[in-house]
Amino acid sequence: MNAQSNVKAAKANILQAINAAIADAMEADDNVIALGEDLADPEEGGVCGVTKGLSSRFGEHRVRSTPISEQAIIGAAIGASLVGFKPIAEIMLMNFTTVAMDMIVNHAAKLRFMSGGQTHVPIVIRTMTGTGFASGGQHCDYLEAWFAHTAGIKVVAPSSPKDAYGLMRSAIDDPDPVLFIENLPTYWSPAEAPEKGHRVPIGKANVLSEGSDVTIIAYARMIQEAMPAVAKLKEAGISAELIDLRTIAPWDQETVLKSVGKTGRAVIVHEAVTPFGAGAEIAAVLNEQLFGKLKAPVKRLGGAFCPVPFSKPLETAFAPQTADIVAAAEALAKS
Amino acid sequence: MSNRATPDAATQIEIYRRMALIKANDERSRKVIMNGRLVMPYYSPRGQEVIPSAISVNLTDEDYICTIYRGSHDQLAKGLPLKDLWAEVAGRTTGTCKGKGGPMHVTYPTKGIMVTTGIVGSTMPIANGLAWGSQLRGDGRVTVASFGDGAANIGAFHESLNLAAVWKLPVIFVCQNNEWGEHTAYDKTSNVKVADRAAAYGMPGVRVDGNDPFEMYAIASEAIARARAGEGPTLIEAMTYRFFGHVFGDADAYMDKARKEEAMANDPVPRFRAQLIESGIATEELLAEMEAAIEKDIDEAVEFALASDFPGVEELKRDVFAEEMA
Repeated sequence: MNAQSNVKAAKANILQAINAAIADAMEADDNVIALGEDLADPEEGGVCGVTKGLSSRFGEHRVRSTPISEQAIIGAAIGASLVGFKPIAEIMLMNFTTVAMDMIVNHAAKLRFMSGGQTHVPIVIRTMTGTGFASGGQHCDYLEAWFAHTAGIKVVAPSSPKDAYGLMRSAIDDPDPVLFIENLPTYWSPAEAPEKGHRVPIGKANVLSEGSDVTIIAYARMIQEAMPAVAKLKEAGISAELIDLRTIAPWDQETVLKSVGKTGRAVIVHEAVTPFGAGAEIAAVLNEQLFGKLKAPVKRLGGAFCPVPFSKPLETAFAPQTADIVAAAEALAKS
Repeated sequence: MSNRATPDAATQIEIYRRMALIKANDERSRKVIMNGRLVMPYYSPRGQEVIPSAISVNLTDEDYICTIYRGSHDQLAKGLPLKDLWAEVAGRTTGTCKGKGGPMHVTYPTKGIMVTTGIVGSTMPIANGLAWGSQLRGDGRVTVASFGDGAANIGAFHESLNLAAVWKLPVIFVCQNNEWGEHTAYDKTSNVKVADRAAAYGMPGVRVDGNDPFEMYAIASEAIARARAGEGPTLIEAMTYRFFGHVFGDADAYMDKARKEEAMANDPVPRFRAQLIESGIATEELLAEMEAAIEKDIDEAVEFALASDFPGVEELKRDVFAEEMA
C-alpha cells in the first residue's frame, strides 16, 4: 500500500472482503478448497459473485461448482476435512441448510466428540440470508439459533468488511466447523477495507460505541439499524453502548457482562424471530449473572413470529428497525 | 469369465479368517448381552460376513471405509483390533473413541475406518469427500461406502451417487442388500434392483451374490481397480440375508420363517469353510486352529474391555471442540 492510499483509507465492501479472505487463504495453504452451487467462474463465481475469480486463479479442482445437492456438498466437505483439507462449503441460502441438517448437525458437529478426538471437521459453511429483498418465506430466514443450540459448531455473523475478512480467515484457521453467515442486503455497502492477513478472533465481540445508560447487543444487519439508534438516543440524552457480537456461538460473555454490569440495562437485537432466539440465551445469562445489578428487565427485539412475508410493508415491519431500538432503549432508561 | 480376478489360496484363507472372526464376534456379542454383562444397542451382521471380508482383502490400511450402525463386520474385516472394539462398545476409556462413540460410532483412522454413522444413508456423502481428497492428492487411495438396501431410498443416496459420477471420484458404493430395511421388506419399498439405479447416474452398477466369496471378490476387485485407475465410482448391490431382527431384542416376527430358515441353512461361513477343505486350500486342523485363536482373542478382548475404566465426567467437556470447554 503506497503513502497516498494510506492518507485516504481504502474502501471495500463485504462481498469483496470475503472474496479476498478466501483468496488469501487459498494462496497461503493448498489444503484450502471450496465447493458449492455456481461457485466457479464459468457459473459466474456464485449467484452474487462472492467467489468470482477464484476458480480461474486456483483451478476448478480446488474451486468446484456442484449439483444442487446440499447434503452432498456438506458431506464432501466433511469427508475432505477428515483427511486434512480445509473445505469452504457454500450453501447458497440459509434456508437451504435445512436440507443438509443431517450432515451439519449429526456429522460435522459431532464427529470429533463421537470419535473421541481422533477425527475433526475443520470446515467453513458459508451461507447468505436476510430480509430486505422481498424474497418471501423461504429465502431469508435467520436460523442461527438452531446451530448455536448444537454442541460442536461455531457460528459467526460479521457486519463490516474488516470483520468479514478477519472472521473468514479465523474460520478457515479454526480446527472445528464454523457456520459463516453473510447478509445479502449489506454485501455491497462500502467501508474501511481490511488489511491482508487480518484476523478477528472467533468468540470476541466488538464495542462499537461506548455508553453508560444502556447496552445494545446486536449483530449482522441489525448493526446498521442500531448505529443510528445510538445517535438518536444521544440526542435524547441517553448514552448507549453498542456491542457487535460478531460471534453468536460461542458468544463473548465477558464483554457483554462487563458492559451490562456497567449500564444495568440491555436491549438485544436480532433479525431472527424472538422466541427461543439467541436473545433468549443472552437474556438468561444476563439474568443469572447480573440479577441484582440490573436496573430493568432485559429487552429482546427480534423478527415477528411468523414466516418472512413478501409484501413490502409487511417485510419492513417484520425485522427490528432503528425506531424500535430507540423506543426500547428509552423505555429501559426510564426505569 | 476368464478375466475375472480369483483370490489365490492365501487370500481365500484370509477371507475365511475374517468371516470366522465376524461370526464368532457376533455370537459372543449376543451372548455377552444375554448374560447381562454388557448393555448396548446391537445390530447383528450375522449372515453378511462375506461382503466386507471379500472386499477388504483388496484394500490397504490407507484406503478408507465409511460404515453404519450395523458395521462391526465392516470394521473387523478392515482390521479393527478386537480390544479397541470391545472396549468401545463397553463404553470404556480404552475404546477406539474413549467410550464416547459406542457401537454406532466406532472410528479407527489407523486402519482407515473414518466414520461409523447411526443415520441411514449418511456414509455416502462423506465417502465422496474422502475420495475427493484422494483425487486432489493423487494418492491412489479408494473409499468404500457401506449401506443397506433401506438407504437406497433416502435422498443422500441420489445426491451422492450423482456427485461421485460427475466428479469421477475413487469411491465404491456397497449396498448390502439383506432384504430388510428395519422391519420392512425391500420389495415393499422399491420396484427396482438397487444396482439398476446406477444407470441413472452413468456409473456401472452390478448385483452380485454377496454370500459367494469368489463372486464378491471378483466384483470388488474390479470396482476397486477402476477407482484406483481414476475411472470413477461403481455401485455394487451385494445380495445377502440378515439372520436376525433389526436390532438385538427385536423378535423379528415380521420375517418370513421359511425364508429365514433357508438362509440360515445356507450359512455362508460354514459353507465356505467346507469349500476350502474340499478344494484342498485348507485343512480342518488349520481352520480349527484359526477359529480357536479367534475365540481366545475375543476372550481376551472382552475381559480387557470389562476390566477397563469408564471415562471420567471431565470427558463431557472434551472433544466437543479442539479446545476443552470451560
